[in-house]
Amino acid sequence: MSVSPAPARLPPAEPLPLGLGLGAVRQRAQGLPLVPIAIVATLLLLAVFADLVAPHNPEIGALAQRFKPPAWSVGGSSEYLLGTDHIGRDVLSRLIFGARVSVIVGFTAVIFAGVLGTSLGILSGYLGGWVDQVIMRVTDTWLALPALTFAIFLAAIVGPSEFNIIIILGAVYWTRYARVIRGEVLSLKERDFVRLAIVANCTKWTIMRRHLLPNVLNTAIVLATLMLGVVIVTEAALSFLGVGVPPPKPAWGLMLADGKKGLMAGYWWLTVFPGLCIVLMVLSANLLGDWLRVKLDPQLRQL
Amino acid sequence: MTAPPLLELDRLSAHYVTARGTRVVRAVDEVSLTLRAGETLGVVGESGSGKTTLALTLLRLLPPAARIVSGSMRFAGEDLLAKSPAEMRRIRGKRIAMILQDPMASLNPLFTIGDQVSEPVRVHEHVGRRSARERAGQLLQAVKIPAVVQRLREYPHQMSGGMRQRIVGAIAISCGPQLLIADEPTTSLDVTIQAQYLKLLRDIQRERNLALIFITHNLGIVARMCDSVAVMYAGRVIESGPVRQIFNAPSHPYTRALIESIPRLGEGPERLTAIDGQPPDLATLPAGCSFQARCPRVFDRCREEAPPPFAIAAQHTARCWLVAPGAR
Amino acid sequence: MKRFIFRRLGYAAISLVLLSVTIFLFVRVTGDPTVLLVEPGASRDDLEALTIELGLDRSLVVQYVSFVRDVVQGDFGRSFYYRTPVLELYLSRLPNSLLLAVAAMIFSLAIGIPSGILAAVRVGGWWDGAGKIFALLGLSMPSFWVGLLLILFFSVYLGWLPSSGSGTVWHLLMPSFALGWFFAAAHMRLTRSSMLEVLGSEYVKLARLKGLPEALVIAKHAFKNALIPVLTLAGINLVLMVNVAVVVETVFAWPGIGRLLYEGIAFRDFPVVQATVLLAGTMIVVVNLVIDILYAVIDPRIRYER
Repeated sequence: MSVSPAPARLPPAEPLPLGLGLGAVRQRAQGLPLVPIAIVATLLLLAVFADLVAPHNPEIGALAQRFKPPAWSVGGSSEYLLGTDHIGRDVLSRLIFGARVSVIVGFTAVIFAGVLGTSLGILSGYLGGWVDQVIMRVTDTWLALPALTFAIFLAAIVGPSEFNIIIILGAVYWTRYARVIRGEVLSLKERDFVRLAIVANCTKWTIMRRHLLPNVLNTAIVLATLMLGVVIVTEAALSFLGVGVPPPKPAWGLMLADGKKGLMAGYWWLTVFPGLCIVLMVLSANLLGDWLRVKLDPQLRQL
Repeated sequence: MTAPPLLELDRLSAHYVTARGTRVVRAVDEVSLTLRAGETLGVVGESGSGKTTLALTLLRLLPPAARIVSGSMRFAGEDLLAKSPAEMRRIRGKRIAMILQDPMASLNPLFTIGDQVSEPVRVHEHVGRRSARERAGQLLQAVKIPAVVQRLREYPHQMSGGMRQRIVGAIAISCGPQLLIADEPTTSLDVTIQAQYLKLLRDIQRERNLALIFITHNLGIVARMCDSVAVMYAGRVIESGPVRQIFNAPSHPYTRALIESIPRLGEGPERLTAIDGQPPDLATLPAGCSFQARCPRVFDRCREEAPPPFAIAAQHTARCWLVAPGAR
Repeated sequence: MKRFIFRRLGYAAISLVLLSVTIFLFVRVTGDPTVLLVEPGASRDDLEALTIELGLDRSLVVQYVSFVRDVVQGDFGRSFYYRTPVLELYLSRLPNSLLLAVAAMIFSLAIGIPSGILAAVRVGGWWDGAGKIFALLGLSMPSFWVGLLLILFFSVYLGWLPSSGSGTVWHLLMPSFALGWFFAAAHMRLTRSSMLEVLGSEYVKLARLKGLPEALVIAKHAFKNALIPVLTLAGINLVLMVNVAVVVETVFAWPGIGRLLYEGIAFRDFPVVQATVLLAGTMIVVVNLVIDILYAVIDPRIRYER
């Protein structure tokens, strides 16, 4: 985002992954986008029931079985369906447990950022004055810093752990919400129901809580689904660089980092499968968000 | 006696069809009109009555979803429907020109006035840049814009609304068209500017013997500017004829209601009459006359069959069972 | 116009101040400066010397002032690992990142703009559908994964391209593709929607009414107008590219500032990390400012509005 109030025609600086509007989704917009929902649901189920579904322990491997290719390749076995990594851990199991990590980190961070961003957005939009100025200046400044860079910076300071990463991602991404929600509150402020509430002597807090919040909830939810993809990719990048979820926890990004070690030797399954999972998750989140956007609030088409 | 008509539309129909073919919007339905050089035809109607679509149909600039389904269009004796896209392109801007409603939106903000005014001349008459610029200057003078040289270098946003509309007019007449279509050209202008602009149009028309189609919802303008008028409702021309005739003796109930709804000075506010109801959805027109839901004099036949145009007097026709020969 | 420039400058200045305050506070308050800013393996005396040097025993405001003073003079500390002033290190790596970003930007615009225009002009057609799929993929595939796949394919399997380092055009190809991929999709999408909007505008309608050939209508009237938002985004993205290339540079061992940041965290070289982040933010603020001003120059409307 421009760190100055941009002329009306400037688009958002950070390319939010939205507005995909696949023709197929549009035409089926009356119904549910089955495929993305199925994928997200599967990932959620895997995350919850990982212990039951995964064939092996994701964190302990058998060194004798290292670098085994997937079952259908030469040298593979059906015991390790998608192969093993450099310590002999089963890739499939790690992917399944990795879903849990992605889901937990992704969802929690998105919700955290959402709660923080929405609250500040409402406060900023409704209260105006210096509160607005302060929050907006901070938002603009933090938006000027690329999310990844900022996240790396914070991770370097507080040290990586699953919990820290969630906090960091929340701290980095709340600004996206704040800006949008503030804009919406600004236009809602002029609406009659708010004016009526003021006339009826409601306190500022009541107005914000009972009148503004439910109305911005739609926008917030749509933003959340769209942010999910971004957050997951950022988390994967952080883990890939070594400042994300720390080993031996199986984060997909971490698997990619490990996979790089075997890349030159041609151990493709260590790179392809984790990446594929990331793509599937992000893709589904984006499609879902896009569908929700059309469904919940046609006005958001401008986003 | 008189020259052959410049423009002849005979039962022209243009429909929009949705992708799945389920909804058909009869935007222009069985429209017949004639116009001669030097004459002004007013096309009147509410929003959505098909006035603008008619103009676009004439120029064959309908969006891909729309299609001309029946009827004929003849311009200077030539069949417009038989023209190839390249031929139509040569007609647009050169022999038939159009002025749009919002001059600020019609002018490209990134190019100078000079560039935009000289464009049609450069494209249609293949003149060089310098002579095109001179022509542009002359055109701006023709529409009474002062400080021409300065203006040519300026951008649209630097002009006032009235000036912009004159520029759009200059663009329209740049290649000497025979027919000019003006789609609500004064609607976005200040009232004080409107009269000036209308006078300008009148003068230009007389100088060049232009045929003018004036699309508007303002009957006052029609009374002042037009020789004949066609009243449109739900895509159909429900009454047409010489202006005097229509104003003095409106035959169709809709026309009558329109004329009566013009507020007159001196009569109190109780005198304001509006027409009840809303224009119909063009996709779901009822069988029979499309005005039936709002007509104060509707009867059974109206609901069964749509009336064809009946002649009331010379050149004066109306689509109404009330004026059918033998009716009443 | 002058007032416009001054106002923009003012906002930029405020942002820079806020940026430095944010980074400063995070390091000194949230983190433990004695751990972060001290070389690993320092002795107790070193620690004490550093405390005095950094003024860690003084109030925050005083610390901030000296922090800013150092920064403005170009003193960002010394790298523990390389033992050179950080600024020197940063500046020596910056051109590489710029090169990568420019290459990636060229790639993303060369693919994004034409496909966006085609998708808009042939809206609903085959090309539009293909474009949408491309956009979807581009935005969902992380750039570093694309990079890894490229290495797998072109270095390991085909052996055509080098998998790491820099120096020749061949080294540049894969990293710029990986980096530009995401942005190509974003640019395509924006071009398409911008073009569609412009194609539906009144002035394009008038251009057609003038009888201009369709090619001229698109190339002259639609194109320039549609491109404005795209180029703006591209400018902003260029700076973004320079800074988010961390992972791509790491994957390809490309010696830019992204890789420098990675080394900073890998070797616990915090001055490097701090400086990189501060400079990244500064760069973006400054570039946004320049873009805003350039924008006013290009678009005559804004020039006169202020």
